[in-house]
Amino acid sequence: MKIAVCAKVVPEQARRIDPQTKRLDRSGEQVLNPFDANAVEEALRLKGNDADAEVVLVSLGPERSLDALRKALAMGADRVVLVSDEAAAGSDLVASSYALARALDREQADLVLFGQQANDSDGAVMWAAVADRLRRPLISQVAELTVSDGTLRGKRQTEFGYDVIEAPLPAVVAVSDAINEPRYPSLKGIMGAKKKPQETVSLGDLGVEADRAGEAGSRTEVYAIGHPPPRGETQRIDDDGSGAEKIVEFLLERKAL
Amino acid sequence: MSTLVFLEHHEGELQKDSLGVLGKAALLGDDVSALIAGSGVEGLAAQAGKYGARKVYVADDPALEAPLPQPRVDVAADLFRRQGFDTVLFGATVLTADVAAGLAARLDAGLNWDLVDLAEDNGKLVGKRPALDDTVYVEVGWKSEPRLALIRTGTFEPVESGGEAEVEQVAVELEDFSTQAKMIEQAHEESEGPSIEDADVIVAGGRGLGGPENFALVEELAKALGGAVAATRAVVDAGWYPYSTQVGQTGKTVAPRLYIAVGISGAIQHKVGMQGSNVIVAINKDPNAPIFEYADLGVVGDLHEIVPKLTELVRQRKAA
Amino acid sequence: MTKPSDFPPPFSVSEAIAPPTDPEDERIEVGVAIVGAGPAGLACAIRLGQLLEDAPAVAERLGEVPVAVIEKGKQPGSHLLSGAVVNPRALQRLFAGRRRLDEMPFYGPVEQESVYFLTSNRAVRIPTPPTMKNHGNRVASLAELGRWLAEQAEEAGAMILPETAATKLLVDHGRVRGIRTGDKGRGRDNQELPNFEPGSDVVARITVLAEGTQGHLTGAAIEQFGLEGENPQVWALGVKEVWRVARPLRRVIHTLGWPLRAGAKYREFGGSFIYPMGDDMVTLGMVVGLDYRDVELSVHDLLQELKTHRLVRRLLEGGERIAWGAKTIPEGGFLSLPKRLHAPGLLLAGDGPGFVNVPALKGIHYAIETGALAAEAAFAALQRGEAVGRRGALASYDEAVRQSFVWRELEEVRNMRQAFGRGFWLGGALAGAMTASRGKFPPGDAGTEPDAEQELLRTDRARSYPAADGKLTFDKLSSVFLSGNKTRDDAPNHIRVQTEVPRELAELWARMCPAQVYEAREGGVEVTASNCVQCGAITAKGGRLTPPEGGSGPEYTLT
Repeated sequence: MKIAVCAKVVPEQARRIDPQTKRLDRSGEQVLNPFDANAVEEALRLKGNDADAEVVLVSLGPERSLDALRKALAMGADRVVLVSDEAAAGSDLVASSYALARALDREQADLVLFGQQANDSDGAVMWAAVADRLRRPLISQVAELTVSDGTLRGKRQTEFGYDVIEAPLPAVVAVSDAINEPRYPSLKGIMGAKKKPQETVSLGDLGVEADRAGEAGSRTEVYAIGHPPPRGETQRIDDDGSGAEKIVEFLLERKAL
Repeated sequence: MSTLVFLEHHEGELQKDSLGVLGKAALLGDDVSALIAGSGVEGLAAQAGKYGARKVYVADDPALEAPLPQPRVDVAADLFRRQGFDTVLFGATVLTADVAAGLAARLDAGLNWDLVDLAEDNGKLVGKRPALDDTVYVEVGWKSEPRLALIRTGTFEPVESGGEAEVEQVAVELEDFSTQAKMIEQAHEESEGPSIEDADVIVAGGRGLGGPENFALVEELAKALGGAVAATRAVVDAGWYPYSTQVGQTGKTVAPRLYIAVGISGAIQHKVGMQGSNVIVAINKDPNAPIFEYADLGVVGDLHEIVPKLTELVRQRKAA
Repeated sequence: MTKPSDFPPPFSVSEAIAPPTDPEDERIEVGVAIVGAGPAGLACAIRLGQLLEDAPAVAERLGEVPVAVIEKGKQPGSHLLSGAVVNPRALQRLFAGRRRLDEMPFYGPVEQESVYFLTSNRAVRIPTPPTMKNHGNRVASLAELGRWLAEQAEEAGAMILPETAATKLLVDHGRVRGIRTGDKGRGRDNQELPNFEPGSDVVARITVLAEGTQGHLTGAAIEQFGLEGENPQVWALGVKEVWRVARPLRRVIHTLGWPLRAGAKYREFGGSFIYPMGDDMVTLGMVVGLDYRDVELSVHDLLQELKTHRLVRRLLEGGERIAWGAKTIPEGGFLSLPKRLHAPGLLLAGDGPGFVNVPALKGIHYAIETGALAAEAAFAALQRGEAVGRRGALASYDEAVRQSFVWRELEEVRNMRQAFGRGFWLGGALAGAMTASRGKFPPGDAGTEPDAEQELLRTDRARSYPAADGKLTFDKLSSVFLSGNKTRDDAPNHIRVQTEVPRELAELWARMCPAQVYEAREGGVEVTASNCVQCGAITAKGGRLTPPEGGSGPEYTLT
């Protein structure tokens, strides 16, 4: 079985937006998106001891992402494919999902896994866009996953409780962070990671047209950064026996009750 | 501006949140349509008119019975191709996030998510979304049409404007791959109530409770409010409550509509886990507790007196 | 009154020494294992890389990984903290012909300097003591320098293994064989969690311990091999902040006096530093010897108090705090150095053995120099092809260190710190005499008492600590947050202290610890180990810090 894990490399301390570019300040230490570690872990569990199974990491980002992606290799993944191209800078969901889909087409994996969300933009949407482009069934928010005889079974959490959904392979699955506890790479794994294949491909290699990449291929834009409206006055009262009533009044006022 | 609002429904009722989005769309323009997809949902169409829709498209088909996203992408894409809206809005849920993103790919359309506001500015549609743990706001827009948007849960309140909408049935044609995922078991209630990440209301307890037995006060209040119970690092460390309920830097980050902090001092390690909450109420007997600097309402007093009273008042209100 | 040493920690050095236990084919083999990606360890790795470049036959004999640097922090630099004003001498020697001074991450040369004696409302300029003259030296962030040195080390061929703690020294038949890395994925009660990953034996031909202050394995090795020096080691605790400022500071400032007390009974030795980092940042810190006696002393709060002084407040006006951290500094100097710096298969470099010049406030260039000398001795032994584990094979290291400027300078100032144990005024006079006579007067060698043997006393010192206003002054918890510490809460407790202790000892620890790990409670002390920023103060004052899970602790970037 071939499993592709779509991973993102994010800044370790994603704490500021560059006022010039109005995008996340991506300088500083880069790490594998912690939520994608769950996806890597799940892929490794499904692979188990099967020597014929392969776990490939597919990522879109600058060349220096390779350092952070090696963590997945250290955990036990077999290969990394990094789509790295200057022309991809500033890609939004439409452009990124297109590039990722082309890279995944090349891999022809039985199962494509995503993590719960990206630490940096908190977007929890990439997998649905990619699944549509790949024309494959999708199960998201999966907290428990089993595969047998070419069929997937996923248990997922929604606002109303949990669902159990089945789909045939090949399929796309997004796992929630409740699904597993990612393993620590062993020292041997860390030291062996550098030797595993790490391929860098350009958008051209994937056949991604110039007008579908980067800013040109994006359909959304950022206008400005600002501060959130202040929380408003903080009110403080000393309880004189009517504290509880005052709370209820306040909650009604704020439509929180 | 011609807008389509995707309406979610559950167990025979339209979701409050999507009705709120519908109301907002009606404020932005007159040409507002709604889409209801499901099985046996015709009856819901009338409600949509009352909350702002001029026209309601109903896609009713057994294949749409299960709340799965991909068939809904087919329906929405089809509708778009026939009617051509310039804006499609969704109130964010687990389901609609997948529908919106799938539709964005299908139509090669721009999608902005987690929006807490939407406005027209010089002919452009501008959305506002929080970022970096709600510490900054970003103004975002679309370079082309259609413009897709996911609105953060609880942003807009439904407004009953009392109109009547024209209802149109739409034929449902689904792609092969869209129907490959099958619902085997649906919406099983977890026995313990909402998890803290999904909860609309959270009541959290800290060291000020004095002992694990006093978590009962927190649980009662949470039950009365229909919310979940959370805990601080200090009490989880002390073994008073499980780690799965820990809110904070090394626990979970939550942003419910209402967060009631009981006996919590509110040091920054806790604050970063809940500062995105809509309304924060704090009860603590220490007037110098840092939480009072950022709680919307802070009550300095004895939680053993205040919390049971509050629980009782809430119960009375809900019963009325 | 109590002494911290009355309550020794539940720890035995034998816990940190063991023979290899992994099956042979599972052991990880490297040529030279260096513990610590600080200036000493990285200088060692860089120098080894240089030497191996020209000796491919030796490199080959070292196997697939000739040089490995094992670092417990998230990345090199995460656990590095210092002032710092660096004497570039050792770096120039290390990178001679390869890198120029202006390619290194420094904030510009020291141009002007002032030393002040402070009272609560005045700042009296005093002439710069000759030991503190900094002409030609450079201001640096040690964390940044560490990151840069790590890049150079990797370019020179070293493999850096971050997030890896070295918890045991592997010793077999009297020979050091390497180190054992720590387990990951244990729970609060030391149980194995679902993602438990056991540590590994890393075996090496030669092991270099460059762990820095309070080195875990260094302390164990010194005891195991009987390397103790004449005097026990003593430490100071430094707490510092980095601020973005509205107006550039154009000189290096040191202060003495307030808020420390001059009376001999308090034993409050130390002062503060304020250094410019470029045009828009300033770093300032408070350093106090851990032989202090007052239960209510808190170095973190003294730093907050210092900032309220007119002189300092003015410098920070309109600015914003952007970093905070804490770390201990070995202060025993020459007389506390181990009597030998090597053992079969083992070399000790940097702050671990204590190469710090206290009166000059310098240790980084000694770390780099001793690290480079260790590399040279290791290489020479490997080149000779002999059994590097036999006694005396690495003796050339001690020889080289004794011939170096490190030894000479430390010997000159050897009694200065101990003089200050007699109070500020007498100590100052003695220090002056020592400087003038280049260490010959007063004659003899002063004794040192361990910090934990100072009897505690209580004053109401805490009354004058400023309340945290969140703008100029800050509490400990928000400072720990700023250090980037996100250690998981369910990790095993890595701090060894007795918990049933008298109130004054619990309070001493609670005040002493800059990260609010300790809290006095009924009958003893409560330990919140996940706050720990691994400064090492507890080891000086009656407890024992052991390395927690690799990757935990602070993530310093600007300190």
